[in-house]
Amino acid sequence: MSKIPETLRYSDTHEWVEDLGGGRYRVGITDHAQELLGDLVYVEVPDIGKAIHGGEVCGVLESVKAAADLYAPVNGTVMERHDGLGDNPQWLNEDPYGQGWIMVVEADAAAWAGLLDAAAYAKLTES
Amino acid sequence: MSTISARRTVLYDWHVAHGARMVNFAGWEMPLNYGSQLAEHEAVRQAAGFFDVSHMRPLDLGGADARTLLRYALANDVAKLDAVPGKALYSTMLQGDGGIIDDLIVTHRGDGRYRIVLNAGGAEADTAHLQAMVDAHRWRVTLQKRPDLGILAVQGPTARAMAAAALGMSALAELPVFHALEQGDFFVGRTGYTGEDGVEVIAANTLLPGLANRLVAAGVCPAGLAARDSLRLEAGLDLYGQDMTTAVSPYASNLAWTVDLRAAGRDFLGRTALEAQLAAGSGAKLIGLAMREGIPRHGYAVEDAAGQPCGVVTSGIFSPSLQCGIALARVDAALEPGATCAVVVRGARRPALVVKPPFWRQGVATFSFPEEHAA
Repeated sequence: MSKIPETLRYSDTHEWVEDLGGGRYRVGITDHAQELLGDLVYVEVPDIGKAIHGGEVCGVLESVKAAADLYAPVNGTVMERHDGLGDNPQWLNEDPYGQGWIMVVEADAAAWAGLLDAAAYAKLTES
Repeated sequence: MSTISARRTVLYDWHVAHGARMVNFAGWEMPLNYGSQLAEHEAVRQAAGFFDVSHMRPLDLGGADARTLLRYALANDVAKLDAVPGKALYSTMLQGDGGIIDDLIVTHRGDGRYRIVLNAGGAEADTAHLQAMVDAHRWRVTLQKRPDLGILAVQGPTARAMAAAALGMSALAELPVFHALEQGDFFVGRTGYTGEDGVEVIAANTLLPGLANRLVAAGVCPAGLAARDSLRLEAGLDLYGQDMTTAVSPYASNLAWTVDLRAAGRDFLGRTALEAQLAAGSGAKLIGLAMREGIPRHGYAVEDAAGQPCGVVTSGIFSPSLQCGIALARVDAALEPGATCAVVVRGARRPALVVKPPFWRQGVATFSFPEEHAA
């Protein structure tokens, strides 16, 4: 079974969102998502300052075998991007909730509230 | 990921117990990886790995007309196997219009008996196709499906020695390429689908879990379909259903070498159509592409140097051994090895170097990027 930390919230497109306080949220892909993709070899993250829109494509994830879109889990603005992933895409596989974080966005608290909790996301991955 | 009707090999429980992520492939539940495709790929390139390929199906042929049937049904000529029992041959099996029904390896077992191994997806239809030929010509041939047998492919620079130890078959050290050795319960061919040395072991299903355990104990890494795909593509080997289908001939699939037209009287199925294609000259070709920037994927458009669409990627991956994108692509334009064309990656034209497959051979790249392919 893939790991689904209780403290995070989730999108139905398999991103996790962590509340950092002050309207800032850290974003990555879930353990389930990295398992589905296999070994990641290339990551394209939106630039700092870019507006992203929940449910829309905002980047690219490529594994050895497949290319996948990175979706924005919420409406917001990119404040930080994890540039280290460029040289170390394997972090997304090895530590999806830690070293494999993708970006920090500024977003509305209502957006966070609208995401899935761990139990609801677990249910989604089982179906 | 699985469907109720998916078939399982005898090693299903073994795979799950070893942490495999299982996926449906051609109607079978097969291991995709046991944690990391990259680690498994690397194990096969550096030492040895083994694959459960029991979804591929052995079919035994016997009877007075078995050779006649195969000389009619296959584009390659099994007459090449007459002199040496145990010799094996790669061939395509064609429709009347030259389209590829399947690709397979046939081994002559002596005394006019043959064993062919068919792809999972086509095994049932292929067998029916062969039986229909037998019936139509009233040939004396028996076709025996072998659901009692499974297959393990042991591949890598140390694979043959590892397999010899695990099987107790020291004679594997002298087994030539594309030859098979039968000893007791084991039928071992020096064949594979990774570009490395190695063997494919056909044995009774009941023997496979024990063999898998002995291989693991000897340090051979279990490897899944994901690594199998990246290894075969680096080796420039076509995948049936993706790089070749009933819609294309061997000439359009980089498989001209599997078509044997030398015996003028051998009127194999598809021959007339292939000769017409040869006479007509240039048609579509399957070529190799390598890319420094961007990763080519199945279905991406290929453009010539002038920006005109000229084909499509049939298989594409990020190559773990070469650390760049590689692909097989079917193109209409004349693109020679060393030429530069382009692949459209998410709307952007990216330069692609035309490479004669394989991309990787015995531990080294077969090509290098020219200066203008900036990283």
